[in-house]
Amino acid sequence: MSLLNWIDDRFPLTKVWQEHMAQYYAPKNFNIWYYFGSLSLLMLVLQIVTGIVLTMHYKPDADLAFASVEYIMRDVPAGWFVRYLHGVGASMFFLTVYLHMFRALLYGSHRHPRELIWLLGMVIYVALMAEAFFGYLLPWGNMSYWGAQVIISLFGAIPGIGEPLAEWIRGDFVISDATLNRFFAFHVILLPLLLALLVYLHIVALHKVGSNNPDGIEIKKNKDKDGIPVDGIPFHPYYTVKDTFGVAVFMAVFLAIVFFVPELGGWFLEKDNFAPADILQTPPDIVPLWYLTPYYSILRAVTFEWLPGGAKLWGVIAMGAAIVMFFFLPWLDRAKVRSIRYRGWLYKTFLMLFVVTFLMLGYLGTKNPGHVDIFWFKNLIWAQIGLVIYFAFFLLMPIYTRLDRTKPEPDRVR
Amino acid sequence: MMSMIKKLLLIVSLLVSPALLASGGGENLDSVYINLADKGSLRRGAHTFVNYCLSCHAASYMRYERMAADLEIDTPTLVENLMFAADKPGELMTINMASEDAKAWFGVVPPDLSLTARSRGPDWIYTYLRSFYRDESTPTGWNNTLFPSVAMPHVLYEWQGMREAHFDESHGVSEFSGFEQIVSGEMSEVAYDEAISDLTNFMVYLAEPAKLVRYRIGFWVMGFMLVFIALTYALKKEYWRDIH
Repeated sequence: MSLLNWIDDRFPLTKVWQEHMAQYYAPKNFNIWYYFGSLSLLMLVLQIVTGIVLTMHYKPDADLAFASVEYIMRDVPAGWFVRYLHGVGASMFFLTVYLHMFRALLYGSHRHPRELIWLLGMVIYVALMAEAFFGYLLPWGNMSYWGAQVIISLFGAIPGIGEPLAEWIRGDFVISDATLNRFFAFHVILLPLLLALLVYLHIVALHKVGSNNPDGIEIKKNKDKDGIPVDGIPFHPYYTVKDTFGVAVFMAVFLAIVFFVPELGGWFLEKDNFAPADILQTPPDIVPLWYLTPYYSILRAVTFEWLPGGAKLWGVIAMGAAIVMFFFLPWLDRAKVRSIRYRGWLYKTFLMLFVVTFLMLGYLGTKNPGHVDIFWFKNLIWAQIGLVIYFAFFLLMPIYTRLDRTKPEPDRVR
Repeated sequence: MMSMIKKLLLIVSLLVSPALLASGGGENLDSVYINLADKGSLRRGAHTFVNYCLSCHAASYMRYERMAADLEIDTPTLVENLMFAADKPGELMTINMASEDAKAWFGVVPPDLSLTARSRGPDWIYTYLRSFYRDESTPTGWNNTLFPSVAMPHVLYEWQGMREAHFDESHGVSEFSGFEQIVSGEMSEVAYDEAISDLTNFMVYLAEPAKLVRYRIGFWVMGFMLVFIALTYALKKEYWRDIH
């Protein structure tokens, strides 16, 4: 133990371990929704590790990129495994993050005093979307190319500075080698650094105020004579072993996809991306992957050309606003209680409607707008209905959460 | 705890279930049976591929050596029967035709076929190669119902023979109604379909050689994960015994 003493005299190793693991008291009533925080962290680590291996063989060059990915798939030992882990991993990362965010909406984890955890989390979410977008260009497939073309052209909708701005981002008049190189830099250096820092801050903020729980009540209100919350248990070993079990189940699902259905019917790896980028061949439907399609749907749902500045500008504004809405959640929610367990039917109905709408928008984002009838309307009309419900969930929240008839919270967790 | 596993699986299955809806194509494609365990079929497909496709189309991400190893072809057989455009088994399956020449002759550079089975799908390949017909109005004298005005002639016409396509004209729209055999080929219709099916099977392998190993490894991984789940579950139970 003398080595530990030597370190402790120079670095607070034992102190940090105690404060954040062995004597960090977490509520004992965490349920299934509480796995997705640690699973998101696992995905970040996995993406970084697999990303490092891929970087050893990948060539960020418009002439070589596509072939270098196939080289990884065929000639690098277990290269296909690492590449599928990374590609499928992107989708699994978003899956865990979305479920983690939904957990906050269920149990009011974003409410006072955890607003800053939520804000940091939202910045992580936005950074993750940027990370995914930059990474998607790197295989230099045809969907990579045209997806980037469409998204960057959105900046062109900004009045005045739009076109020069889009050109500045691309470094060229079209997506080209210059774009690929800078996206590579963002994807492997800028955003991973930013994400690691933000996740660190997210956890520091969490450990300052302590974890929420499915009952939405503060365990710190009931402490024993030693100042330990009576409903709290040390994070280590209780939640480290529990989360290990969560990791096992999650990895089983993840690896089943990697080994048996890595494309997942086009939802995780798109067909069009197995053809190299071709400036002369626009894919019939240019769509991002599923985790960005709800916003893509909102962008395309705004088709009203009579709006000042044109439909495209307002589509971009609506898409941006759809993401920004999340940041205001802690202040939009005015209910007396945090957890859905003690809320009334109003919040439950709105939340359910929002989830269905989010999934519907996500689905519609993968389809060509305006062409297909789904039940009674064209899918464009469905997307527009979805847009209205999406914003109503946020903008009406101060009203319906205050009107909602809540039940009294218990004193102790159940 | 078991109910938690069930819930977790339910959540995942709900989120991935739209995948089942996503896999519909717009075209009417004939479906082909893909069986990568059938090495004989893969070898027959490889033979057709190098003899008929690989003179104009490259498969430039694939190595002869890898193909031979995966398809259990010995090196002398590979060199004698399957390697026409390469000197060493370790070489990539490229072609000698220059892009400029190809452009001059066909109007387009024939696309690389390494990944066609992934970008277009096996059913598309199977249908495409069985949809050629005589059409004197095109530069090659051939046309294709799945890919109208395609630059590629019917390379396998000796096998299939010559066919004409019939179209029903109604309201200014012509709709394909069927083929008519005008010159019979070396193969019967059944035998031709079989040959194309083998070729498609090979192209599915060609698009992702790792497919041969990933299913096999996958089952062992799943087995390990089940044991791992059981162990971590038992560990969690043991630690949590005193928490109520």
